[in-house]
Amino acid sequence: MEFTLKTFIFYGFALLTIASALAVVTVRNIVHAAFALMVTLFGVAGLYVFLQADFLAATQVIVYVGGILVLILFGVMMTSGRLEMRIHIERGQLLLGGGISLALLMLLLTVIANTPKWENLTDDGTAFAPTTERIGVLILKEHFLLPFEVASVLLLVALIGAALISRKEVRE
Amino acid sequence: MPEIFSEGFFPNMNLQDETNWATDFVRDVIIPRLPEAVAGHFSVELGTVLVMLVCAGIFVAVVPLLPLVLVLAERKVAARFQNRTGPMRVGPWGTLQTLADGIKLIFKEDYIPPQGDKLLFLLAPYIIFACSFAVFAAIPFGQNILVSDFNIGIFYIMAISSVIVMGVIMAGWSSNSKWSLLGSLRSAAQIVSYEIPLGLSILTVVMLVESLGMRDIVNSQSGGIFTWLIFRTPFTFIAFFIFFISSIAEVNRTPFDLPEAESEIVAGFHTEYSGMRFALFFIAEYANMFAVSAIAVTLFLGGYEGVLPGYDFLGGFPGFVIKTLGLVFLMMWLRWTLPRLRVDQLMNLCWKYFIPISFFNILGTGIWGLIFKKDDVWSIGISCAIIYVGLISAYAIAGRNLARKPEPQPS
Repeated sequence: MEFTLKTFIFYGFALLTIASALAVVTVRNIVHAAFALMVTLFGVAGLYVFLQADFLAATQVIVYVGGILVLILFGVMMTSGRLEMRIHIERGQLLLGGGISLALLMLLLTVIANTPKWENLTDDGTAFAPTTERIGVLILKEHFLLPFEVASVLLLVALIGAALISRKEVRE
Repeated sequence: MPEIFSEGFFPNMNLQDETNWATDFVRDVIIPRLPEAVAGHFSVELGTVLVMLVCAGIFVAVVPLLPLVLVLAERKVAARFQNRTGPMRVGPWGTLQTLADGIKLIFKEDYIPPQGDKLLFLLAPYIIFACSFAVFAAIPFGQNILVSDFNIGIFYIMAISSVIVMGVIMAGWSSNSKWSLLGSLRSAAQIVSYEIPLGLSILTVVMLVESLGMRDIVNSQSGGIFTWLIFRTPFTFIAFFIFFISSIAEVNRTPFDLPEAESEIVAGFHTEYSGMRFALFFIAEYANMFAVSAIAVTLFLGGYEGVLPGYDFLGGFPGFVIKTLGLVFLMMWLRWTLPRLRVDQLMNLCWKYFIPISFFNILGTGIWGLIFKKDDVWSIGISCAIIYVGLISAYAIAGRNLARKPEPQPS
């Protein structure tokens, strides 16, 4: 394998992702873990850019970092103001989590091994045209219109439910 | 020639051209000038990266000069609004005041709260600073003054600016101070809420242009002032104001400066910061202000395209900067005119007014797109007529309501 600038940047992103992901599960402080997760999500977004999935990369950042992670931190800061928020891990959880992770790793490795010629994908220029338009056509025109609409109705229901739960009780 | 530089994410001055400007620069300018012994071993790729790093360095060095000017402008504008003269001592008419302040900030003690979280405390200003500068990469300042023309331009800008809130939360939490924490909580709630009307307003523009690329958006407004997207449909006219007001909320400026409300929570999320780290927050705030104005100009006010097709009046790089500074001045004007909103008023404005109106805008833009063909002259005429009638009637209704005497309040 020739070592080009491209591989260098790729391994940079991969290292960033894996190192910060390890930090997420090993760091004891929950807020530090959340911020390490931010780095992981950024690293994954970088890998998406590498696959020329630029729209997906930006969506990744906007949804996970700008939305979900902010909500996680919001929850953490609201529930406890102390700086030392330690995570206690029991042995049973460790075993269960480790087992599930191992099973997922095996699954992914099998998929990777069975994917034909995945290293040649980058050499074909036509396969990596901008994806935004194709995603739009697929979601709103061709194959995934029904799932898309179902998901949007589901989100609407969730939104109404949240509003109902958080609403102040009207007395009288 | 690595493919990664020719398409998509990395700096690319000219889309039609297959090659990259930095690569060209290295191949045509730098390598021929190197001594023979070195030139043979010098890789073009490495050179490309070095050239890009140098350009980025120039950029990062130049953009902080912008706040230098804007801070002074803000103080002078504030002074004018309050009928005083503002800073007058340092330099002619006080023009070097910000420089003096900057030097003072560099020499101040860099205090780190001993009870706080040191790592995150040190990291937070850099995240905010980096994100507010990364936004500039996608803003087209002129026909060829654009760092990179991604095909997801505006979406990238939204993604990057949504990360700023992480820095704010980090700063607020790691300071271990109740004022900081309150400020960052407010900021998180505010930014997450106002991102929705902001995104929906951008969507109306994207629906009309049918592209997310910044250059495509500007090119679609090249036919003079009436093809600017603000006048293209009545809905984008409304969307512009929603966008602008929401961006003021996004950059935490008065009347939406609850995260740093001086009268309530000292200085909000940057209460505990001092010296150069505080200056980083300050620079980022003014850079953000300029950035959101530049985005508003690009999306709605023609970007680098002028008022008349073919003429450069209010067009090109100077025109772009003039329009952007105009919006920045509008922000300052609002800051020194309006009082701060309460938290509930802030949330009401966003969730009960802006979001429903934005949804209505999107629906309307869709219907407009179905009725009129793209670049239809009639549609622009009709749209301008509707905007005119709407403004007149709004003025009349507002005038009548304001003229009515208020009912005597039972006390």
